[in-house]
Amino acid sequence: MTEPVIEAEGLTRQLPGEFTVTLVDDASLAVHEGEFVAITGASGSGKSSLLYLLGLLDRPTKGHIWLRGKDAAALDEDALAELRLGELGFVFQFHFLLPEFTALENVMLPMRRLGRLRQSEIEARAIELLASLDLAGEGNKLPKQLSGGQSQRVAIARALANDPLLILADEPTGNLDTAASANVQNILRDLAHRHGRAVIVVTHDRDFAAAADRVIEMSDARIVRGGRQGAS
Amino acid sequence: MIGLSPGIAVKHLLARQRQSLVSLSGIVLGVAFFLAVSSLMQGSETDFIRRLVDNSPHITIEDEFRNPHLQPVEELYPAAAVEVRRIKPLTETRGIRGYPRIMAGLRTVPGLRASPMLAGQALISFAGKDVAVTLNGMIPAEVSDVTTIQNYMIAGSVDELTANSDGIILGDGLARKLSLTLGENVAITTPTGEVHTFKIVGLFHTGRATYDETQIFADLKRVQALLKRLNRANTVIVKLDDPWRAQAMAGEIEGRFGYKSISWQEANEDLMSTLTTRNIIMYTVVSAVLIVAAFGIYNVISTVVLEKQRDIAILKSMGFLARDIRRIFLIQGVLLGLAGSALGLPFGAGLMLLLMQVRLKFPGSSDPLPLPIDWHWPQFAIAAAFAMGAALCAALLPARKAASVQPVDILRGAQ
Repeated sequence: MTEPVIEAEGLTRQLPGEFTVTLVDDASLAVHEGEFVAITGASGSGKSSLLYLLGLLDRPTKGHIWLRGKDAAALDEDALAELRLGELGFVFQFHFLLPEFTALENVMLPMRRLGRLRQSEIEARAIELLASLDLAGEGNKLPKQLSGGQSQRVAIARALANDPLLILADEPTGNLDTAASANVQNILRDLAHRHGRAVIVVTHDRDFAAAADRVIEMSDARIVRGGRQGAS
Repeated sequence: MIGLSPGIAVKHLLARQRQSLVSLSGIVLGVAFFLAVSSLMQGSETDFIRRLVDNSPHITIEDEFRNPHLQPVEELYPAAAVEVRRIKPLTETRGIRGYPRIMAGLRTVPGLRASPMLAGQALISFAGKDVAVTLNGMIPAEVSDVTTIQNYMIAGSVDELTANSDGIILGDGLARKLSLTLGENVAITTPTGEVHTFKIVGLFHTGRATYDETQIFADLKRVQALLKRLNRANTVIVKLDDPWRAQAMAGEIEGRFGYKSISWQEANEDLMSTLTTRNIIMYTVVSAVLIVAAFGIYNVISTVVLEKQRDIAILKSMGFLARDIRRIFLIQGVLLGLAGSALGLPFGAGLMLLLMQVRLKFPGSSDPLPLPIDWHWPQFAIAAAFAMGAALCAALLPARKAASVQPVDILRGAQ
């Protein structure tokens, strides 16, 4: 079997204070290329906290994360940011597009920050990404001029901008109607199955989870099903 | 294509046009007032110094020494505790001895003009009235080089003294007091008991009442004879092409000839320090305008940072570094500072032009005079630099706050 895109071992995240709050407790998992994984569980079970840890937005209190074999614990904040920029793509429940920028400019932002492509190439790729998500002709619109589904697709295009290894989505259909939800679900599944990306989606939607290749179920901050083989 | 960080900064500012304009106008007004007031301050200072420099000697060599002469025994044992008692200085005619030698020496210095003067007390009598005056002996051919008395002549001229060694020039205040007119003869009595009759060949009016009522001018040789101080002068007046060399030149002259030499700066030390204090106060007040404007910028950028917490979190989750975020908000400060300077400088120049049109009748002047305005490029550079500095400082704290945003803290709350 190929090396996992992301691998976590014994991840624990606790909030210090008078009463220690455990957000994630001893979570271990591995996700490979082309795999579409759903993390489910009740509210407060630690799904989003686990996603933030996997997305290198938060540091674990204990445990390790390897991204393509690279130990994230050994990296400083700047190196983690560079990894997020080049290797990870985020989609949130709300689209979180920058309101002053057009859809096209929003998609171009990560590419411009990375600086690997020329301006004309960046623009061409952004247009191509928007077109691939049925948003051709919407590029010059501001987020407030787009529907919820369109905005979320722009956010997906932005997440894909730097051609990441891993896409992390936190309740990406939480604010969408049924049709838009199905559309986003299909896009994310296609990204895994047709484009070979690893996709991890946090969702409380049972139908969405049912469409995933694997479901990781969490309860009380622990992975109770679907984690790394032998871990739970 | 505009850079990424400047692009985001510009979008943020344009999204809050009203707030940005208010803080921008603070900087514009600050820069403009800074320029206008500093040019007025600079102008009045230059005007004041010009009058001071023009109307007084640049260097005055006096007939005394800065430090008393040391006794030979004190020179021989400089480190010893020597006490010499019952010293009685020789009685001699007071004045600068051998002043022609000093004059010859001074005339070799390029850009320097000097003329000796002898001043003493005298009594002027006319129509039964006696008035105590200061009798100034001068060389008429040289006096125009070292004083501005000729500028204040309202009748006759200084040159008349050359043609008539018994001529005298006095102030119009004194003439009025004694009911004298040009061409009349007056008797001058000196403390030595000498009495001489002079013909009034000129009248001056400086506007300084005491001066106009107490100073009279005559030929040096005649005054030396009247005061019985032949070949003596008690001051040598020096004018320089560059008045700012006066302090250094006074030191050189004193070192060379020994007599106390006072530059115009030393003579007016208290006034110069008053000018410095006045400048400090005024620049502090004007700078306060820019500091208040900086608070406006701080307010705008702080508001943007507060409103943009979610966007900052997204940018950081996307891979933007803390320094990228800090740069975005610092650029906002720089942009406001730049725009404030770009608009404030021409506005300030306009204010200066407007102030130059203002004419006021100052006490003692007969005609309305323009406000003294003096502007130089350094003032513009200082105003712009100060505005930029204030704007950058104002942006620093909000920028640091923005850079320290933890995306997880914001994203957890935003879900």
